[in-house]
Amino acid sequence: MSAQGETFDPLHLEACDWLEKRDFAAWSDEDQTAFDAWIAQSPAHRIAYLRAEAGWKRTEMLAALRPFRPERATQPRPQRKTSWKIAAAIIVCGLAGAGAWLGLQPNAPQYTAYSTEIGGHKTLALADGTRIELNTNTQVRLLNGDHRKVWLDRGEAYFQVQHDAAHPFQVMAGNHKVTDLGTAFFVKRHAANTEVALVEGSARFDDTASGDSRSLTLAPGDVVIANAKTVSLSHRKPATLTAELSWRHGVLIFEQMTLSAIADELNRYNQKKLVIADAAAAKVKFGGTFATSDVQAIATAAHEIFGLKVKDTGTEFVISAQTGKGN
Amino acid sequence: MRSADTAPAVSRADRWFVREVLPLEAQLMQFLHRNWHNQAEIADLRQETYIRVYEAALKQPPEKAREFVFTTARNLIIDRVRRARVIPIEAAADLEFVEVAADDPGPDQVVQARDELRRMRDALDQLQPRHREAIVLGRIEGMSRRDVASRMGITELTAAQYLKLGIAALTEILARAPEKKQ
Repeated sequence: MSAQGETFDPLHLEACDWLEKRDFAAWSDEDQTAFDAWIAQSPAHRIAYLRAEAGWKRTEMLAALRPFRPERATQPRPQRKTSWKIAAAIIVCGLAGAGAWLGLQPNAPQYTAYSTEIGGHKTLALADGTRIELNTNTQVRLLNGDHRKVWLDRGEAYFQVQHDAAHPFQVMAGNHKVTDLGTAFFVKRHAANTEVALVEGSARFDDTASGDSRSLTLAPGDVVIANAKTVSLSHRKPATLTAELSWRHGVLIFEQMTLSAIADELNRYNQKKLVIADAAAAKVKFGGTFATSDVQAIATAAHEIFGLKVKDTGTEFVISAQTGKGN
Repeated sequence: MRSADTAPAVSRADRWFVREVLPLEAQLMQFLHRNWHNQAEIADLRQETYIRVYEAALKQPPEKAREFVFTTARNLIIDRVRRARVIPIEAAADLEFVEVAADDPGPDQVVQARDELRRMRDALDQLQPRHREAIVLGRIEGMSRRDVASRMGITELTAAQYLKLGIAALTEILARAPEKKQ
């Protein structure tokens, strides 16, 4: 059936109206209030929205069709003044408990928190054109009245920043601070580590905890991994960085990774966990593109391609190497 | 959906509904088409099925989603036939219900992420050209409504309309081509 000339259910259109506004325009507190009221009006509204949103979320994958390239790459970047045309993309990822960074936690009332659950994915569009995409199990807090400063409490987020030299955009991740200098970059936190990878342009990385404030200016491909004690710098290929961003499209790209590393990654997105029961199974390597929600596909691949034993307990897939013959 | 401001039961019902019920939509529609004579009422029946299923899930998400959805749809049809008093012949005959084939998970699940992308491109191809253009700029290029408008040489209001209709069409097309994951 063609969509041309199709007439839509009015509720479906209303739901899509909200999605359009949420994803393509500025989303104010008033919008949120109006949206909440609309949702609360009837279960039919809620269902229409859940249905439209679920379908729309599937289309995130379409972005995978876009070849990786820095934004506005055809124009030389102006170095001075406010260049709103230059978008900066930042990813901040943290797995550390928020409590570890209580020293930096500001007083609650001045901030608005936005979060996603496990498997969630949400985009915040700020009035200045900056967009923040929250990955699974993530919380960010925005300073009320000044959306140029964002705290990442947990999880991972991708920032596309409208650069404004007069008001640099800052992301606080634990004891580390990333300042956009007209760039595309991402930051990631694993346990006590903060990882910052610059995709394009430049950004400044500051370690705010130590007295001898360690500050680094990053070039494209630079990756900083820092914790309370050390700061190390390495380099990654653009294709690798792109693969690390694939969650934005609802997929995860694995290139010959061990099953245990794949399980760790998938488990961030799903309630139903992959448990690798023994060392032999953990060492199995494979690759591919998987939907972030598709735990089953990994279990199936482990079983059908590698002949591993997969037990579905309802809450987990327990994967082990076959020990006996036959079964 | 905001997670911070929804009660646990609601967010549990939401997650269950999105994960377990929505992927059954193509099959549910097939079931309704086969078992209800008035095609104009199908969308309405689907909506009513969803509401009943969702409200049940608010109390406790049913264990077997698939059975629960089809039983609900079936009961809804039986109710309607009874209420109609004059039972249409087709409906009466159909009360035996035509079953829908269950999804048989095949061995090709690994490639499904790619299949899904192909499905998505096919869906995109079905949009009206201007709506498709807006969606390509917005969803693939990552542009805001304002940038879509200036790129297409239209007002922001029109861009919003194109994007909205594009979303509406895409999501309807995709609902007919469910993502296979179970």
